[in-house]
Amino acid sequence: MKRILLFLFLAVVLCAPIVVSEEEAETFAEGLFLKPLPDRKLLAHFHFQSQAPDSVANGRHHRVFPKAVAQLVNKFQIRELELSFTQGRWDYERWGSSDSLSNPNAKPPGVELWADFNVPIDQVDVTWKSLTHALSGLFCSSINFLESSAAYTTPHWGFNSNSSNVRYGALPREAVCTENLTPWLKLLPCRDKTGIASLLDRPSIYKGFYHSQKMQLHSTHSGGILLDQTLTVVLQPSESTDNLVSDPLLQPSWSIRSLFRKKAIERCVLAKSSVVYLEIENGLVAELEKLGSIGSWGKFGFELPVTPSRILKPAMNMDAPSPSLLYEYNLIKYSETKPIDLGLRWKVPFSWSCSKAPFHARRFLMGSGNERGSIAISLQSTKSHYSHLNTKVVVFQIVPWYVRVYYHTLKIYIDGEEHNMSSVVEKMQVHPSEDKLSPGTMELMLILPYGIQSAVLTIDFDKGFLHIDDYPPDANQGFDIPSAIISFPDFQASTYFFKEKSAEKQTPLLLKFQEKSTVQSYTEVLLVPLTTPDFSMPYNVITFTCTVLALYFGSLLNVMRRRVDEEHRLLSQAKKQGLIPLLFSKLSLKFRGERLEPAPSSDSTFVNPKLLLKVFVVAIAAVLWHYFLNDR
Amino acid sequence: MEESEEENGGRKMKSMERRKARLIIRLGEFLISHSVLASVISCAAGIVVLFLLPVLAKKTYISENALMPGSANPMFSQKHVMEADKLVKAITDQIYSTGKELETPRLIAQYMSHLGAEVYYHKFKEETKQFHPFHFFSSIHTSGSVHGNGSTTALGINTVGIIRAPRGDGKESIVMVSPYNSQKLVLDDAVSLGLAYSVFSLLSQATWLAKDIVWVASDSRYGEYVSVDAWLREYHNPSFLSEAVKVDSDTYKMCIDKNMAHNCKNGGDRGSDDFRRAGTMAAGLVLKVTDQKQTNERDSLKIYSEASNGQMPNLDLVNIVYYLAVQRQSFHVKVGIIRSLLSSVFLKTIGKTLEILSEMVGYLNPKWKFGISSADYVEGSATLASSMYTQALGVPTGSHGAFRDYQVDAITLEFSPSFPFQKDLSHSLTIINSGRLIEGVIRSVNNLLEKFHQSFFLYFFTSPDKFISVGVYMIGFALLAAPLPIVASALFSGKFTSEDHGESTVTEKTSNSPASWQWIGAAKVVFTVHIWAIIVLLMPHFISQLPNLTSTMSMLIWISNSTITALFFYMVLGSPYQHSNPQHKWLLLKAVMISATSIGLSLMSIINFATVQIGSLFLVPMCLIAQPLRCSKPVLLTCCNLLFMIIGFPLFAMLIFESLSTEFEGICIGNFWEWTQSLWEWNSATYLYLLVVHLPCWVLFMHILFHP
Repeated sequence: MKRILLFLFLAVVLCAPIVVSEEEAETFAEGLFLKPLPDRKLLAHFHFQSQAPDSVANGRHHRVFPKAVAQLVNKFQIRELELSFTQGRWDYERWGSSDSLSNPNAKPPGVELWADFNVPIDQVDVTWKSLTHALSGLFCSSINFLESSAAYTTPHWGFNSNSSNVRYGALPREAVCTENLTPWLKLLPCRDKTGIASLLDRPSIYKGFYHSQKMQLHSTHSGGILLDQTLTVVLQPSESTDNLVSDPLLQPSWSIRSLFRKKAIERCVLAKSSVVYLEIENGLVAELEKLGSIGSWGKFGFELPVTPSRILKPAMNMDAPSPSLLYEYNLIKYSETKPIDLGLRWKVPFSWSCSKAPFHARRFLMGSGNERGSIAISLQSTKSHYSHLNTKVVVFQIVPWYVRVYYHTLKIYIDGEEHNMSSVVEKMQVHPSEDKLSPGTMELMLILPYGIQSAVLTIDFDKGFLHIDDYPPDANQGFDIPSAIISFPDFQASTYFFKEKSAEKQTPLLLKFQEKSTVQSYTEVLLVPLTTPDFSMPYNVITFTCTVLALYFGSLLNVMRRRVDEEHRLLSQAKKQGLIPLLFSKLSLKFRGERLEPAPSSDSTFVNPKLLLKVFVVAIAAVLWHYFLNDR
Repeated sequence: MEESEEENGGRKMKSMERRKARLIIRLGEFLISHSVLASVISCAAGIVVLFLLPVLAKKTYISENALMPGSANPMFSQKHVMEADKLVKAITDQIYSTGKELETPRLIAQYMSHLGAEVYYHKFKEETKQFHPFHFFSSIHTSGSVHGNGSTTALGINTVGIIRAPRGDGKESIVMVSPYNSQKLVLDDAVSLGLAYSVFSLLSQATWLAKDIVWVASDSRYGEYVSVDAWLREYHNPSFLSEAVKVDSDTYKMCIDKNMAHNCKNGGDRGSDDFRRAGTMAAGLVLKVTDQKQTNERDSLKIYSEASNGQMPNLDLVNIVYYLAVQRQSFHVKVGIIRSLLSSVFLKTIGKTLEILSEMVGYLNPKWKFGISSADYVEGSATLASSMYTQALGVPTGSHGAFRDYQVDAITLEFSPSFPFQKDLSHSLTIINSGRLIEGVIRSVNNLLEKFHQSFFLYFFTSPDKFISVGVYMIGFALLAAPLPIVASALFSGKFTSEDHGESTVTEKTSNSPASWQWIGAAKVVFTVHIWAIIVLLMPHFISQLPNLTSTMSMLIWISNSTITALFFYMVLGSPYQHSNPQHKWLLLKAVMISATSIGLSLMSIINFATVQIGSLFLVPMCLIAQPLRCSKPVLLTCCNLLFMIIGFPLFAMLIFESLSTEFEGICIGNFWEWTQSLWEWNSATYLYLLVVHLPCWVLFMHILFHP
């Protein structure tokens, strides 16, 4: 029996490679992209790509591709999906706003989800609702709040897709934490046990200035799925202590060990490629060239402790003055016995600037008080793109229903002069909000004349009153307006452009950076303070209503019960006066100086002077008793 | 039983009419019939309650749990004091060496940007004084920040730095303001800048920030309030029209002209003119340092919190400052106090009496003791008087007042050290303590998830840790104001039966009942007087437009014009006395005057409670006591009438107000003009009260007094 078992075991072990070779099409690739930022910070971009081939050929089994995602795609017929969890804000001015890294990875704070479905139009909303619940369970977050029709919208052309099956929703207040990261890591074949993902030391990455974890799905018609998982963090490298006489302007040197508190990078054995890139931006390269030290990886400007396996010089667009430098560390080539600790040591202080979008967009609230206000979107020219053409700007803005926007009040000021809307707007699509049903959506295409300095869009709104049930917890904080998206369709994000086409050396990470995308930026989330009721009010209302009801029914009963002649008769019969009226009549008589008539009869026992005297004596006795008791 | 019924039957039937009425109506009738007694009791009770307020004050407590003050150890250390020292040295060196104060904004901006903050300059012009007494209704001023032709006058430059919270979403911010006079920089201002900078440098490293930190180094060359107000207006209601842009570029040129050329050009990361914002403001802290002579052993901290028209910041903000200052940093915390009242014999006597009373009651039952010592009482009363006075005046006590116009809670913290500052600040314990206090307050506000809403917004202080909430202090006013409608209705219904006027009641009753429309005549008089008062109210607007007038001249013009208008009204409408032969006419006039006053007082109490509280002390007795000099018999009453004639005069009331705030030092008639001018410049509703409620009431009082 044992022998048979052993045989079976051997057979399975031997057959395994064959099975593997059959499923070779299912691939996984990992990559890490590091880039020093001009403001002494470091950008780390983790990229994991899983690819599943045509599901018909495969059946339902997956080797490296996460089954949960495959099921999700199949069940909801997702054509494309992007889900991001972000904490912190992307600094468009300092960290770049138009390159292929910042453009798709700068996301608004909180959760943003959009999806394109391959289902008939009438089923899109139902599918979206189910999808939000599924994702909410998958990522341990409250994405299910996007289920309500007041939370999501259907972009037409303002968002980067033209399909009518797209739904877009954002939750700006969603907090992002490790409980969202853990399920995200579970989708990786090596999780965070080994491979590049093992660098994700939680305290280090959550201490950063920006943290955005993203999942992107593409599915082909035949059922193949491409899953891109990225994690973008901006970290502050801690100042090295060994260099005591450091120049305050010198960029901080860093290494993988100091950043992530991990000894070295290993590769995930399941990964097809496992590469680390270190980019020296073209702005910095230009500075280096001034020093004349560009020859061999900048010997004078900085120092790399580990020799890179390859140096690439991709041009940022074809017309860029100087190419950026890309150091490639292919982890497969480094032996596992000798751990590599990548790093960068600066020698000379540098200052450079990063890529800029044609306009820097900001959004803010105007006005004060609880009644009305306005939203302003200001576009400041960065003077980075000299062109003699007018600039096309697309504004996509969702406003929740409790902020009642009046679209006719839309005004535009260009360089301090108010312009007629019709002279600037090329296309405009407005979907006004419906109370508790749908948010207001504004898609606006502007053509700004060339050479302008600034443009400001303002739009007025009234603050709505909510029903007491509609208030979220902590209602006194105010209500959020999700980020607007400002995109510049004429401008393509600068992408890598390799002069030598060596396709076999292109990793998924590099391919990703060669995709074309329009320049876009997210504006700030706004906080609108709305009038909040006193939340103890329901109790007041209840007591008040009860009083009113009691009064009403009391007097009604009184009216119904009473009969006028009966009352007359009763009054004439009345002998007993009430205590209070009697007291009052006595008092009033006294005040008028009239002598109180003798008590009507013996039956008014309540006001017997003897009784009063008795009560008085007892009260005095009680006070004395109390006094002596306390005295003891 | 049946016998007695028959006996009482007749009497019962007689009182049927009275018995049939409902209890409430009978109560009302009762009150009206005893209006003299009721009004005297109620008025007296109102005044007694007012004097009891220091006893009724409650200890402050932190209402919002999320604030958690003092839950973290302060990180502010010697290192940050060194930072403060560095900036103070740099500023003073630069001034003493070059004498160029103009460089200060640049210097501050340079230090700010070294910390990684976003920096910009905000330029503003001095506001021309405008007459807008009705502006407190709408707090939003529509005027742009900088108007045209501003290039000739020098502009103030606020230097603003913003630290973005590392992981925050940028929806909310906390504002620190440190005012300094860029024209004449003194060490105190430099130290307050240094203090703010040291806290700023700490916060730029803080990992716990959830709200952005904005530091406004406000240029107070035109006054502290003006600079902060200009910045807040630009923050909340910017104007995008071309004028602003043009002047901005002008000023940019100007800044190049004035020695800042090289800095403007090469400092790329230094300040720009690009106005930046940081979301909704959660709280504002104005930091000031004054190096006063101290008798106290400990460093002291003075809290200013009154904003315009009696608006106060949320009590929780004051509470956390107090808690941290006393419990953690052992500051001596003060709020505004009227020093002259501390030696008042009257208050001391009341204090003593209350103390004895409290002891007696405590002897009976220790639980009933309301233990307040005489000294505490006097101090509490003096603080309460100051608190009421500053709220009643309606003029903010500092630049924190500008925040309240935008519904932001803000206070001013004024630190004064126990020992004067030395040249070398680095060992100053005061800076460490103050820095830790500010850090603690910012940390508390940072913890706050919602805006301030838990605690009180309407309160008076009797000491830094004791307050009187609106629920308590309105009792006094309610008691004072209660007799007004009672007396008015008593007069109107002709049931005014006081002993002194026994003879006049008969004529009233007979003449009043047939012609109940007689009050129309009285109402006409009251209405006319009010119209006149509104004309007087608007007069300063035109007077202030006249060129080259001294304040004395303006005041005289105002008074003479008012008198002329009054005479004009007399001529046109005829004297109200001319056909008022019936003697009871003045009673009707008094009734209408009292009802008009009570309406005025209750409306005003919604706008600014403290003004009304103080005003009703004058107005209510005046209204109640009014009586023609001719027919008033008791000498006492006549004397009272004459007394009220003098102290009820608005100018005299102003004099009292003035004397409370400052010493009697040559008050001339021009001071009144300046005083009223400051009231309407600050959009104070008190101005409105004085001229629409107080003045007509006094004029009508005079009317009655000289009734034939």
